[in-house]
Amino acid sequence: MLKRVVLALLCTACAVFTAFVYTRKGQQGDVPPSDTARQGMLVWQGKNCQSCHQLYGLGGYLGPDLTNVAEKGDGYMRAFLKNGTARMPNFHLNDQEIAQLSAFLHWVDRSGKSKVPAQAVHWTGSYQL
Amino acid sequence: MLAATLFFGSLSSFAFLYPGLSNQSLPFYMLRPMHVSAALFWIITGGVCGILIYLPKVYPFARLAPRAERSFALFWVGTILVIFGCYALKQFGGREYWAFPPWLALPLLGAWACLMWAYFAAWRSRRDSPLYVWMWTTGIVAFLATFLEQNLYHIPWFRDSFLRELTVQWKSNGSMVGAWNQMIYGTSLYLMVRISGNEQIARSRSAFFFYFLGLTNLMFNWGHHIYNLPTNHWIRHVAYGVTMTEWLILVHIIQDFRSKLAQDRKLKHLLAYRFIIASEYWVLANLVLALFMSIPAINRYTHGTHITVAHAMGATIGINTMILLSSFGYFLNIDRLRPGLKKSISRGFVVVQVSLSIFWLALITAGVLKAWRETGLGMTSFDEIMQPVRQVLFVFALAGIGLLLGMMPIIRAYWLALRQQEKEKKNGEEEPPAHHRVPESATLPEEASR
Ligand code: HEC
Ligand code: HEM
Repeated sequence: MLKRVVLALLCTACAVFTAFVYTRKGQQGDVPPSDTARQGMLVWQGKNCQSCHQLYGLGGYLGPDLTNVAEKGDGYMRAFLKNGTARMPNFHLNDQEIAQLSAFLHWVDRSGKSKVPAQAVHWTGSYQL
Repeated sequence: MLAATLFFGSLSSFAFLYPGLSNQSLPFYMLRPMHVSAALFWIITGGVCGILIYLPKVYPFARLAPRAERSFALFWVGTILVIFGCYALKQFGGREYWAFPPWLALPLLGAWACLMWAYFAAWRSRRDSPLYVWMWTTGIVAFLATFLEQNLYHIPWFRDSFLRELTVQWKSNGSMVGAWNQMIYGTSLYLMVRISGNEQIARSRSAFFFYFLGLTNLMFNWGHHIYNLPTNHWIRHVAYGVTMTEWLILVHIIQDFRSKLAQDRKLKHLLAYRFIIASEYWVLANLVLALFMSIPAINRYTHGTHITVAHAMGATIGINTMILLSSFGYFLNIDRLRPGLKKSISRGFVVVQVSLSIFWLALITAGVLKAWRETGLGMTSFDEIMQPVRQVLFVFALAGIGLLLGMMPIIRAYWLALRQQEKEKKNGEEEPPAHHRVPESATLPEEASR
């Protein structure tokens, strides 16, 4: 009986927490994506960019984290997207797809920084971002 | 039972695929999803097989709905084959770990519904369930919940915010790990009870306490994947707090170690049990690592490095795969194989453990290097950061080959054992099939506790 009560309590807490998590907004610049950026997200997924790249440190580790790469500008990104490199394959993306990917990466960039600055670390070991 | 054997065939094929860990020359963006999906399906399918094989033994009076069970096998295996076809054709859905085109989630969901049907048909007639049945049930239900959550992103609202998109994705990914762990650790507990004959370990208060602690972690600790997201503080603090309760588990393991060791020594001659022993050592090693990287101040360094990979693969190979090998080994009665085969299993076992240790340490070293250069020294050029890391990863790749070579004889012996068991079954249904017999080498009263 006690077991059932504990189980029910945990499930309820989980449901409440889930609702809380779903409805939370991010803090800075967390705006909805443009249609182009939405398309870009689909290109990102369709080409499986995240098998080599991370966003906020999540993804594959062959290539660098791209959360804030958009800061380096469209021209910079375009150079990689157009031709690939020795390690990054050339996906033969057309201009539209490149524009969509750039819009997507700009949108990601605006949502926050991937690196946590040292001064954000709290004495409890947690962060204050 | 027949269905279970059927599954098993497909499973071994995953196992063949599974250790192919470390190839970077073929297009990596194709191989990585293949490897990750193979690993995940091996673990999940293996977990389910364990349940389907052992549940009818816990409740001999109950019946799994056979048609639902067969439909599950058919849909599940069929979809997995299609998924690999898609990868080969470079068709991706691009979600982390589940990189297949999204429509394929539907047949998987259908398969899972069949599984639940089969499972709950038998589960309904339960009486006073031991802990492992609780764990199996939790795993099956939680998998459904997290699987659905993973696919919420098709609703545009979830992608209106990139932070929400990532949060929900990692909430479900993180909890799903907990779901399959419930299934697999449940089986591990079942095996320990069976092999040691001590039913108490699945009934005691402290066992249930740790079950609920695990469930709490399943529900609330996923936030450690996204500590660095500038989202609501509560998400981070809850995850941090909840994850730290796992120190209790660590302390508990260490306290129990002496008595465990005594028991291990008694049962070490059983091959199937040896895999469990290995999994316990890997639990310890991975738990220590996981606890440290779950402290945000440390995660700041380790996040996004190969330390995470060491953790992920250490757990999936060292813990989950070892338990599954034990589970199938027990089912296939590997301890009654002819001595030659037993020898090759035990040699493979040693090679696997040694390679896995090197593999794991190499990943950690690679991760520490990258963390130090990137976060410690603040280097920004990716190429410069990675230069020494790549050399370490070479060692890792070599160890991966060792792992593969060590697994081969084990898989082969299991395969032969499966063939033999099928033959015995065909030869006479009246004779009890091999897995109902008490292994001769185990002098413990296997069925006595029922
Ligand atoms: C096979 C792995 C791989 C895949 C897949 C891949 N990349 Fe890359 N990418 C790399 C590597 C490695 C680099 C670093 C440059 C180098 O070392 O050649 C890189 C660099 C980049 C850069 C420049 C980053 C910087 O800070 O200098 C961008 C932008 C980029 N990739 C975007 C993408 C996009 C968008 C996709 C999906 C269409 C993609 N990549 C797919 C491996 C990959
Ligand atoms: C057998 C059990 C477990 C499995 C199979 C597992 C699996 C995984 C996987 C696949 C990842 C993602 C790794 C990657 O992106 O390559 C991960 C990340 C992580 N896990 Fe686990 N996990 C397990 C248990 C735990 C436990 C018990 C803890 C905490 C005590 C934990 C803490 C973490 C953390 C902190 C990360 C994120 C690391 C980062 O990205 O910075 N895990 N896990």
